[in-house]
Order: sequence, then C-alpha cells, then structure tokens
Amino acid sequence: MRVALFITCIGDTVTPEVGRATVAVLERLGHEVSFPAEQTCCGQMHINSGYRAEADRLGERFMEVFDGCEVIVSPSSSCVGTMRELHPALRGRLFEFSELLVNELGVTDVGASFPHSVVYHPTCHSLRVTNVGDAPLQLLRAVAGLELVELPDARECCGFGGTFAIKNADTSTAMVIDKCAAIVSTGASVVTAVDSSCLLQIGGRLSREGAEVRTMHLAEILAHAASG
Amino acid sequence: MSGARGGPQPGDGAMSAAMRPFPAAAREALRDTRLRANLAGATHTIREKRNRVVAEVPDWPQLREAGRAIKVEVLAHLDTYLEAFEQAVTDAGGHVHWAPDAAAANQVVLDVARAHQVSEIVKVKSLTTDEIGLNDALAAGGVHAIETDLAELILQLDGDWSSHILVPAIHLNRTEIRDLFRATIADPSLSDDPRELAEASRRYLRERFLTARMAGSGANFGVADSGTVCVVESEGNGRMCTTLPPVLVTILGIEKLVPTFGDLEVFLQLLPRSSTGERMNPYTSLWTGVTPGDGPQEFHVVLLDGGRTRVLADEVGRQALHCIRCSACLNVCPVYSRTGGHAYGSIYPGPIGAILTPQLYGIEAAPTLPFASSLCGACYEVCPVMIDIPSVLLHLRAKAVAAEAKSGERLAMKAVSWIFGGRRRFVAAARLGRLGQRPLVRRGRIVRLPAPLAAWTRTRDLRPLSSESFRDWWERRR
Repeated sequence: MRVALFITCIGDTVTPEVGRATVAVLERLGHEVSFPAEQTCCGQMHINSGYRAEADRLGERFMEVFDGCEVIVSPSSSCVGTMRELHPALRGRLFEFSELLVNELGVTDVGASFPHSVVYHPTCHSLRVTNVGDAPLQLLRAVAGLELVELPDARECCGFGGTFAIKNADTSTAMVIDKCAAIVSTGASVVTAVDSSCLLQIGGRLSREGAEVRTMHLAEILAHAASG
Repeated sequence: MSGARGGPQPGDGAMSAAMRPFPAAAREALRDTRLRANLAGATHTIREKRNRVVAEVPDWPQLREAGRAIKVEVLAHLDTYLEAFEQAVTDAGGHVHWAPDAAAANQVVLDVARAHQVSEIVKVKSLTTDEIGLNDALAAGGVHAIETDLAELILQLDGDWSSHILVPAIHLNRTEIRDLFRATIADPSLSDDPRELAEASRRYLRERFLTARMAGSGANFGVADSGTVCVVESEGNGRMCTTLPPVLVTILGIEKLVPTFGDLEVFLQLLPRSSTGERMNPYTSLWTGVTPGDGPQEFHVVLLDGGRTRVLADEVGRQALHCIRCSACLNVCPVYSRTGGHAYGSIYPGPIGAILTPQLYGIEAAPTLPFASSLCGACYEVCPVMIDIPSVLLHLRAKAVAAEAKSGERLAMKAVSWIFGGRRRFVAAARLGRLGQRPLVRRGRIVRLPAPLAAWTRTRDLRPLSSESFRDWWERRR
C-alpha cells in the first residue's frame, strides 16, 4: 500500500525519531511511504486556543497538501482526531498509526522485539476523539519479550491539553504529578503512548523528578526489529 | 448582608467583580492539601459508584439519546411548552410568575413572604436560588431563609458557599463539620460519627419544619402538559419543605421543562445513576398545583429566564441548557477533582460550569473559564444528556479571544500561523529555533525558559528541537 505520512509540526521538529520509526515499521511490512514536503501543521493548537480563522486556513492548507493521497497516516492520534472532526472527508482516509496497522492493514504482530517492561498511557484524544480502542494494546501484546504492565487510573488525563499546560500550568502540573506517580508505581522501565505531545508532558515531568522511566512513542517500540 | 453564603453570587451582579481568573484561583486551591484529599476521595468514590450502576443498564446509550432528544425538542419549542405549563399550573390552582432576571424572581418571593407576614422560610433544592442570590435578597427585605438540605445547611452555618452541584459541601470532611456543628447547633460532646451528625441536624431542622409558614424551593423538572413540578432528593427534608408549610414558592429555570409526564421516565433513570450512583433516588416529590387539605394551600412557580434565552440563541452553546444538574461531569473532571468548585467562581463549577457561567453572564464576566479544561473529553463521555462540552468550550474560547483586546498571545498566535502557512517559513523558523535554543539546552534538556514558556519549565523539563528535523532526515536518506 502507498501511504502518505503526516509527520505533524512537533513530530518534524522535536521528535523526529517517531517519524523515522513509523517509516521503518511500514517499510518493513512492505508498504511504500511518501512524504508530501509542503506539509507543516494541522492547526490544532489554533483551534484549541480559540483562533478559529487561523486554524481554518491551516486546515485548508492541509487538505490541499494531501490532496490526492488515498491513505494518510500520522503518529499523532490527537491531530488525526481533530482533523477528522473538522474535515469529515478525511474519514476513511486519515488514520492514526496503530489504527492503520490493526484496523486497516490487519496486522498486530509487526515482527518487533522489545525485552522491557512497558506501561501504556491511553491518551484522552486517542480514547475519546480518535477512538483507536485497544489497537495499541494489541500491537504491544504481540511484541516479543515485552512485558505489558497495567497502569493505575490509566484513563486519567496527563494534563497536557496544548496551551492548557501553559495557561493553567499549576493545574496541569498537579495532573502530571499524579500521572507520573502512577507510572513510577508500576516499576515499568518505559511508558508509551500514541501522542508525542502527551509524552513531552509526561517525559518532561519524569525528567524533572529524576525518574528512571523513559518515554517512547508506540512506533519506536514497534520499530525494534526481532533480528536486532 | 451581601455574601451571607460567602461566595460570589452571580445573580446579584457581583460576579464579574468578585470573580478571579481561574488560573489564579486554581493555584490557591491546589495549595490546600486537605481540600485536595477531601476532593480526590469524594470524587473517586462517586465516580466508581456511577460507573457500576450505569454498567447495569443495557440500554444506557439509548437512554442518553432519548434524554438528549427530549431536551432538544423542549428547547426548539420552548415558548409553546412554557405556555402549556403556565396554563396547566393555573388550572390546578397554582400561580405562575415570569421573571426575566434574578431581581424580578427574588421580588416575587419577597412579595409572597410579605403578603403572609412571614419572617422566616425553609428552603430546599437551592441551586437555582443560589444562582439568583435569593437568600441575600430576602435578608435585605427582612426575611431569613433556612437551608434544610444537610449540605446546604452546613454551608449556611459556616458562611461558606457551594463547591459542587450535588454535594455542595464536598470540600469539607466529617471533622470539619463536627467542629462547625459544635460551634453552632449542637453541644460540645458531639462526635464525628455520621449518625450523630445527622441527628444533630435533624433536631435543629425538625423544629423549623414544624413552625415554618412558608417554603422556597428549586426544582428538577416541570411537566408542560400536566403542570407537575418534580423535586428529586436523598434526605426527605425536601419533602418536608414541599408538604408542611402552607405556602410554597418554587423557582424554575425555563429550560427545566419536559413535554409530558411520561418523559420523566427517561430522566428519573438517567439522573440518579449519573449523580449519586444510585439506581433510584430515595425521595421523588411530584405535585400539581394545590390539593385541598393536603400539602401547601398556596403554590407559586417563578419561571426564571436569567440569561437562558441568550444561551438559547447560540446554536452551538444552547446544548448547555440540556443540563439536568447531575454533576457527573464534575466528578470525572481531572481539573475539578483537583481544584474543587470554588476556583470556578460560580455556583456552577466544573465542566458544565465552564460552559454555563460564561454563557449566562456573558463571556466578559468569565473569560478564563472556557480555558479551564485540558479538553480530555471525560465530561462528554459521562453526560447523561450528551452535552458535547469540549466543542462548546472551543466555541467559547473563540468568543473569549474575539472579545479580548489586542494581546501578546494574539500576536504570537498570528505569527505562528503565518509561519505554519508555508514550508519555507516553517523550515526557516525551525532552523532559527535550533540556533536560538543552544544557550538554553543542558544535557539534552531545557530547564529554564523566559515567560510565558516559564510556566512550563517551572515544573517540567522541555525537550529541545531536534538537531536534525524529520524532513532533513527524509531528504538525506533519499
């Protein structure tokens, strides 16, 4: 299958390893990945901050850039969910990474090996907007050597929320402190999710606390090939 | 006697002045460790109870859809239903008053009290009356209102105000309540045993019920085709109020109507399971006008607008009027369950308050409330009448931004959208950012940034921009 990658603004500039991992997994499964170079940002930050006109322009730009792409994938459930809500034409065309693998390509075992204990944080948008269901968990369960540990109060928000993390920094911090305590309490060595933005919030707090737990996007875990 | 109940009373017009920006109010609330513990315990307990009893109902999704559909129908033809209700109440011997605002509603209650030369009334279901600041208005007219819902009584004795729609004293624990009772209505030997606390309040209230000559109440529902009014409660004190005193005045928000008596069936399933996590609420009082020889012999309903028609005019925002005040959204909200209700500066706190308060009183009265959410969507998921709170929050954020004078944020947002508007600009900005961040990066982390990003780095490290962007890698590997 030919798949166009929407990397997202954060994925391009802050967490490029997630995009590289996404490409690696899809190519390993025999798919062809393209990268429309004109892409920038979907406008989610603007819509969530009350700047609708700016968001609309960026949304239209997204539609133009990806015009003609039959299948689009992104390693960010939050951007995918927002874009599908705003542009219903993207339904059936734009997919979050785990959704594409499990629901569209029918794959759960991507041939990955990752001999570590991992907790999965189901991000709010992946649960309630993008509705990826248990696709990420199905993929994690099929990874060789991976020990999946249950996260207490998993469905609680990490407190990121885009500009909420700045505008309401105290509340956001109270939320991420509880999230990190839950993660650390499991003794897992890695926390994973399908949104880099939430992982920046969680990872930023874990780092500040000096915790040993690493954050990794789901795609990074899946990219660890069995052959090593 | 303004502020007898302590907090900002939107209805008496003090709200915009009294209301602090949410982030500042939240910061203070978050420092109160006892409040945090009380709230975390209480919200998690109710949340789990609610989840258990909702899971028992196989047709819950259909019930929610039915609840939503009934509310949509009522709001679409509100004028018709209101007139039908007025006719039915009048036919049953009741009196109907139309109140465009808080002052008009309060005046009706005061006039009735004066006509009967009453200086004390008992009250129940006080949320709507808190909205309009009824107690203060009555006090100014020489009439003392006694709250009889246990939690409301506690707050009244404490000079405090509600922090939760359903459990108004959720921010207090047993020990705090014992101390308060010792200081006000009980003797110093009182323990913090819940039975003893309840008994103390019972002794105090029983006397008031038996001597009161007039009662005031809110209501959960009004039935348009029969003129029936419905109050749902857990203690039985409400029933005392609505049956013992010979005169009863009920304040009803105009959005609280349902078309037919049969429609109550849907809400009497949705409400208790969503609010208290009970299959059925303990006391459901229904009355229609007056019944000779039984219950109050004079009955008034005040139909309150109080900003509701303005909300109704907003196509996106009007769904906030579907709310049946169950408070499920408060209990699941990661923001409310940490800050508590007082931070919202309104008697309607939590997610529903964040969309109701700015609509009832105008966005300029509460411009920070629509931003008091991480948009996690837990509220929408549990709402028994399917109010899409996140969408309304976004709608109100846009209004808040539009109402605001020029700000640094607006300039920044416009600049960022311009940068995102073209590949070259975007790539150049990222390159500039990589250069600019160099002095700030320590061991792969940014630990200190200037304002406004300092709000992030005060409590969290930040990953810097990567030395090689994804698109550079992509170009390189081709």
